Amino acid sequence: MEPRPRSFYVLSVFFALFLLFLYGPTITIGILSFQGPGGGLTFPMRGTSLYWFRDLFEQQAVGDIWGSFRRSFALGLMVMVTTVVVSVMGGLAFRKKFPGATVLFYLIITSLVIPSILISLGVGLMFSQAGLTVHWATSGFGAQLTWTLPFGLLIMFAVFNRFDKSYEEAARDLGASPWQTLRHVVLPIIAPSLIGVALFGFTLSYDEFARTLLTAGSYNTLPLEIYGMTTNVTSPVLYALGTLTTLFSLAMIAVFLGITWIATRRRAAHGSDAGSGVV
Amino acid sequence: MALVLLVFLVAPIVMIAVVSFWQATEFSIIPAFEFDNYEFLFGSSVTYRVFVNTFKYALITWAFTFLIGFAVAYFLAFHVRSLTWQIALFLLCTIPFWTSNIIRMISWIPFLGRNGIANSALMSWGVIDAPLDWLLFSDFAVILAFVHLYTLFMVVPIFNTMMRIDRALIEAARDAGANGLQILWNVIVPLCKPGIMIGSIFVITLVMGDFITVRFMSGSQSANVGRLISNDIALLQYPSAAATAMVLLATVLIVIAILLRFVDIRKEL
Repeated sequence: MEPRPRSFYVLSVFFALFLLFLYGPTITIGILSFQGPGGGLTFPMRGTSLYWFRDLFEQQAVGDIWGSFRRSFALGLMVMVTTVVVSVMGGLAFRKKFPGATVLFYLIITSLVIPSILISLGVGLMFSQAGLTVHWATSGFGAQLTWTLPFGLLIMFAVFNRFDKSYEEAARDLGASPWQTLRHVVLPIIAPSLIGVALFGFTLSYDEFARTLLTAGSYNTLPLEIYGMTTNVTSPVLYALGTLTTLFSLAMIAVFLGITWIATRRRAAHGSDAGSGVV
Repeated sequence: MALVLLVFLVAPIVMIAVVSFWQATEFSIIPAFEFDNYEFLFGSSVTYRVFVNTFKYALITWAFTFLIGFAVAYFLAFHVRSLTWQIALFLLCTIPFWTSNIIRMISWIPFLGRNGIANSALMSWGVIDAPLDWLLFSDFAVILAFVHLYTLFMVVPIFNTMMRIDRALIEAARDAGANGLQILWNVIVPLCKPGIMIGSIFVITLVMGDFITVRFMSGSQSANVGRLISNDIALLQYPSAAATAMVLLATVLIVIAILLRFVDIRKEL
C-alpha cells in the first residue's frame, strides 16, 4: 500500500463535515424533543422530560396524527408491493425490444423529472372534472406511483443490464419451463435488488408530500399532517413527532438492510453461487 | 405498467394543458378555448421575476451540490480502500434520503432561528453583536435546505460512474507523468461526465419543481414558479395555475433536453 496522499486527510475532514451537515440538524431536534415542559423551540434545554412525547399521545386537538400515520403506512405498503411487482415485470419486458419501447422509456424518464406539483394538480383536476372524489388510496396512490415506479424501473434496468443470461439458458437446457426458470433462477438472483426496490417504494411513498397534496382528499397522510402542524403548532411537540417518524423510517431501513444481510448469509451458508452473476 | 403511466402521468398533463385554456371566474371554471391565462402570465412582470428567481435557485444549488457531491463521491471512490468501508460510508450518506424531507427542513429551525445555535455561537465568539436576521426565512435558508436535501442525488450517480473507472487508466496517467490535478481534470472528470449529468438533471428538476422548501424556508418571503402555482391553487384559480404549470413543464423539459445531449441514460444504467 502506498502512503496516503495529503488530499486524503483534507477530504476526510470534508467528508466528516458533510456527515455532520447531513445529520446535525436531525440530531438536534432529537435532543430538543426531550425539552422540559417549559422549554421552547430552541436551546437552552429547560430540563429533560418525555413531556412532549406524552403530549403527542394525548392531545388530538390539532388533527389526527395516528390516523394519518396508519394511512401513510398502508399507502406505503400498497405502493411498495405495486412498485416491486410492476418494476420486475417492466424490467423483464424491457430485456427484449418491443414496439413502443423507446417511447415508454422516455415516458418513464419524464415521469421522474416532471415537477411533482404538476402531477398533483393534474390528477386532482382530472378527478374533480370526472366527478370522482379524490382519496388517498386511489388518486393519492396513483400519483405516488408516478414517482416510485420510475425509480424501481431504473434499478431493474440496471440489474438486468448486468444479468448473465447463461443462467437462464442453463435452466432451459435442463428442461425448465419459462415459469420455472423465472421462479427458481431469475427471481432468487435478483432478490437483493428487489429488497432495494421495496425500500425505495416504501420510503418514497411514506415521505411523499407534494404529489399527495391535492390528491389525498379529506384524509391526510402523515407528511401532510406534519406540514399542517408547522403552520399552527409552535411547541416542541413538533420535534417529538419528527423524532418519532425519523426513528420509524430508520427502523424500516434497518429491517430492509437486515433482510438483505440475512438473505446473503443464508445463501453463503448454503454454498450456492446464485447471485454471483449480479454485481 | 404503461397503463399506470398513461392514467396518472399522461392524462393529468393533458388535463392541465386543456384546463390552461379555460376561463376562470371567481366562482367557477368554464371550459373554453382562449389564451387569456397565457396572456396574463406573459404580460405580468411578476412572472419574469419569479422565473428568474427559480433559475437563480437552481443554478446556485446546482453549483453547491455539484462541488460537495463530487468531493464526497471522490473521497468514497478513490480514498476509501476497503469495499466494506465504502459500502458502510455510502449507506451513511444515503440514509437521510430515506427519511422525511419536511422533518429535515423543520430541523433547521433550532439552528438558524434568531435565538438559534448559529446566532448564539457567533455571538459568544464575538463575531457579531446582534443576531443575524437573514439566517432563517431568507434566500440563504432556502438554498441551504436545497443543498441539504438534494446533495445525495449528486453523490450517488457520480459515485456510481467513479466506481466503474478502470484504475489502470489512472496508473497509466501517472506513469505518463501527470500530477494529481491533471489526473483529476483530464481523466476522472471526463469519465464521470455521465454521472454528473444524471445528478444535475435530478437536482435541477427537483429544485425547479419545488414549492414546499421555498415556502417553508423563506417564510413566504421569496417565490419561485412552484409557489406561484400553489398560490393559484389555494385561490382555486385552476386555469391560471395550469397555464403556469405548462410553462414550467416546457422550461424543465428544455433544460433536460439540453442536458440529455451530453449523456445517453439508457447506456449508463
